[in-house]
Amino acid sequence: MRLKLGVNGERREADILSGESLLYVLRERLQLPGSKNACEQGECGSCSVYLDGTLVCACLVLAAQAGGREVVTVEGVSDGDELHPVQEAFVEAGAVQCGFCTPGFVVATHDLLCREPAPTNPEIREALAGNLCRCTGYEKILDAVHLAANRMSRP
Amino acid sequence: MRGMETVPKIPTRERPAAPVQRPGKVGEDSVRVDGVPKVRGEFEYSSDLRMDGMLWGATLRSPHPHANIRSIDTSAAEAMPGVYAVLTHEDVPGRKVYGMEIPDQPVLAWEKIRYQGEPVAIVAADHPETARLALGKIHVEYEVLEPLADAEKAMKSDAPKLHLSGNVLRHVKIKHGDPEATADVVVTGEYEVGMQDQAFLGPESGLAVPDGEGGIDLHISTQWLHVDRDQVAESLDLPPSSVRLTLSGVGGAFGGREDLSMQIHSCMLALHTERPVKMVYNREESFYGHVHRHPAKMRFEHGATKDGELVYVRARMVLDGGAYASSSMAVCLNAATFAGGPYKVPNAEIDSYLVYTNNPPCGAMRGFGAVQACFAHESQMDKLAAELGLDPVEFRIQNAIEAGDTLPFGQKLPAPAPVAEILRRAKAMPMPEEKEVMGRDVRELPGGVSNVTHGEGVKRGVGYAVGIKNIGFSGGFDDYSTARVTLSIEDGEPLVRVHTAAAEVGQGLVTLQAQIAHTELGVESVAVLPADTRIGSAGSTSASRQSYVTGGAVKAACEAVRERLFERVRDEFGEDPNKLSIQDGNVVSGGSMIVSLDELLGSDEIEETVEYHHRETYPPDENGQGDVHLQYAFAAHRAVVEVDTELGLVRVVEISTAQDVGKVMNPQALEGQIEGGVAQGLGLALMEEIQMKDGKILNASFTDYLLPTILDMPPVKMEILELADPEAPYGLKGVGEPPTISSTPAIVAALRDATGRELRRVPVRPEQLVGIAERPPEQPPQPGSAGYAEIGRLDERIEQ
Repeated sequence: MRLKLGVNGERREADILSGESLLYVLRERLQLPGSKNACEQGECGSCSVYLDGTLVCACLVLAAQAGGREVVTVEGVSDGDELHPVQEAFVEAGAVQCGFCTPGFVVATHDLLCREPAPTNPEIREALAGNLCRCTGYEKILDAVHLAANRMSRP
Repeated sequence: MRGMETVPKIPTRERPAAPVQRPGKVGEDSVRVDGVPKVRGEFEYSSDLRMDGMLWGATLRSPHPHANIRSIDTSAAEAMPGVYAVLTHEDVPGRKVYGMEIPDQPVLAWEKIRYQGEPVAIVAADHPETARLALGKIHVEYEVLEPLADAEKAMKSDAPKLHLSGNVLRHVKIKHGDPEATADVVVTGEYEVGMQDQAFLGPESGLAVPDGEGGIDLHISTQWLHVDRDQVAESLDLPPSSVRLTLSGVGGAFGGREDLSMQIHSCMLALHTERPVKMVYNREESFYGHVHRHPAKMRFEHGATKDGELVYVRARMVLDGGAYASSSMAVCLNAATFAGGPYKVPNAEIDSYLVYTNNPPCGAMRGFGAVQACFAHESQMDKLAAELGLDPVEFRIQNAIEAGDTLPFGQKLPAPAPVAEILRRAKAMPMPEEKEVMGRDVRELPGGVSNVTHGEGVKRGVGYAVGIKNIGFSGGFDDYSTARVTLSIEDGEPLVRVHTAAAEVGQGLVTLQAQIAHTELGVESVAVLPADTRIGSAGSTSASRQSYVTGGAVKAACEAVRERLFERVRDEFGEDPNKLSIQDGNVVSGGSMIVSLDELLGSDEIEETVEYHHRETYPPDENGQGDVHLQYAFAAHRAVVEVDTELGLVRVVEISTAQDVGKVMNPQALEGQIEGGVAQGLGLALMEEIQMKDGKILNASFTDYLLPTILDMPPVKMEILELADPEAPYGLKGVGEPPTISSTPAIVAALRDATGRELRRVPVRPEQLVGIAERPPEQPPQPGSAGYAEIGRLDERIEQ
């Protein structure tokens, strides 16, 4: 079947099989491998993307369900070559080690800070509880979220 | 089978980029060069690789843990449209088995299945779903056998032999001092450690590309390119020079990528189809596709004088190695050598057994045998202190081993060995504020947003532990790394290129190598080339060894380049090379500039390749005695926990740790290793276990295998000691493993403090904390077993 959808502000089309997930289509058919395939069952959050503005696990969305809708992936978070403050903060705070969880954390943090510009630690922990990281122990991720929040709140 | 159509000519993949970094010097925070591509989603992991004309590989695995294979029929799968190859053991061109220490593991099973998930056949198809469907069309006739799933039973003489050599893969016996020693106070304990999974997030994956001349290029995530290459070459019956490996982006490792997974399979499929073949495991398959941490059952006895001096340790440890050897030989030795812990104990009798069973193969995971031993010896230390009426930390300090003391396996402990010091520091660190439990934000209570307590039944506990770990490969292994360093002028600026085969798995080694080059050659621009087999081996990214060994190799290669550079300055300018140094791209002597590198080198390059071998180590003798290990690292942990004593739910409030690292190479990366290591220790203490029943994994998913989330991890406070090891580059010690080793027993000690329960098994379950059971039931509760027989099942009652 032919799938038409918006991805990172562009109209995209692909021929897909009906069983393919949005994650598979993004990674393998649209050459956007930034969203990651760590568990493919909605537990790790490493494939977090926006679907019509709502944070979802791309692995749990059938690609066909995304037809005619707008998807934003980690590749679409930044504006051109400039890093988004969330991305910048993850690099600077040391919140990236192997980095496999990072795209998911970047999108989920982006979502959190759009809703709550100055989250407390319990709020951050609750909001990011759906994202697994195996390397960092999350301390530097908390630091990164605060750093990004501070930078984004600056006028 | 298709495959007759015109296949596009195989394009070669470009080598991955080697971006120029501007790293800090050794000791400075240095932002990782791969950070930006990783946050943008542009960093290429092995599961992201693609090529035109690429096929997808998939693996058929045995559903049975123990079986004879009667027949394999691949014809229906081969007939499927879109399927290009279906291969079995008959198609393995070379050695049909592989293994790092002992090649006992079939590339593809024939005759016998020894664990659930063992690969039996492989498929290449034009879509991953087609490949998976094809697996379902392969007909394997099994004669299912009773699994031998208990290590103790497998050791018995009448147990069926899983391998011709018998079921005991290794027995290390350590006899030290007086075997008849007696003591005033004796405590015994039996301890168990469950099977932990590395649970790296990036699944096993890679891309094999045939070169059209019989050779193969494999792009892969691994911990040790050369040991992979040699095993792949053996099984493909190719010379190693025809098998070229390039490290692709690695999504974490923690020991689980030391063994082969899909390496040989993807190469077989690629050579057979003459097409690039990509294989990517999904999470369930990943649980079957790599080795795990050895489950252990341990019986310990300690004796001490009335004054609290350790007299002896007697230990019997049985480690379940599962179906194949993997790195079990070394794990067995490690467990034996660290059974005594970091303590002065004059008499020891230790037996460490590594046993084959029909459970999943176990091998390397962060801590490597020291984790199991540490849980036992630290539990014993608390028990002894309680028996003696002593403070558990003071008791440990009293018995802490010091440099120059003899370890139970006969090696004199080299300096520095600040065991007492890190214990004092961990104890002296400020305690976290104790907020009133009632009326707290539920997110700061055990159970969190599940809203299961508002503070009633919540008790706080504090526990301590200290651990010891060897750094580097040892026991007689010639452990080395190779580095090539090239100094040249690019666009008028000096540039250092560093090339090694060392695997960056997330820990920050690529940045560290650049920091070393900057420090040694005074050049700000450094490019670390992709790790591949075009250069000699770097050894494994494990045993906390790469900073030491590959760091040492890069340093030595830089020194060799510098020496040649200074010889040239001597020849051209008559300067004494001993007085020269490089600053900001200039060669200087006594503060005055002699010549800029640009001027000196022009279009010349200076290149040196160095193999760096660490000091020799020795295998233990028949009594388990010898200079077995290279370097020792220590960490102490204090855990503060809160337990809902009614439901057995836990909130870890804080972990504090003191660790000697010799030299802080990159502060931010060091903190990351400690925090991440603690998280894995917390996971083992509280939640992480591959649950087995009759040789079958019950929880092969992230839904059922629980990992610590950001809700579970407390703040980690740390004090870092920098006591230089005179033998090590920059005085550094490996740092990756100690945080994992003693954090687990510290948390369990805190749980015991809060609940008064014995807690002799990790991970600790709620039923242990509330005193229902000391270990999980052999038979999980079944519907109908909880009184439903009398009152009727819920669904039946609703229908009435």
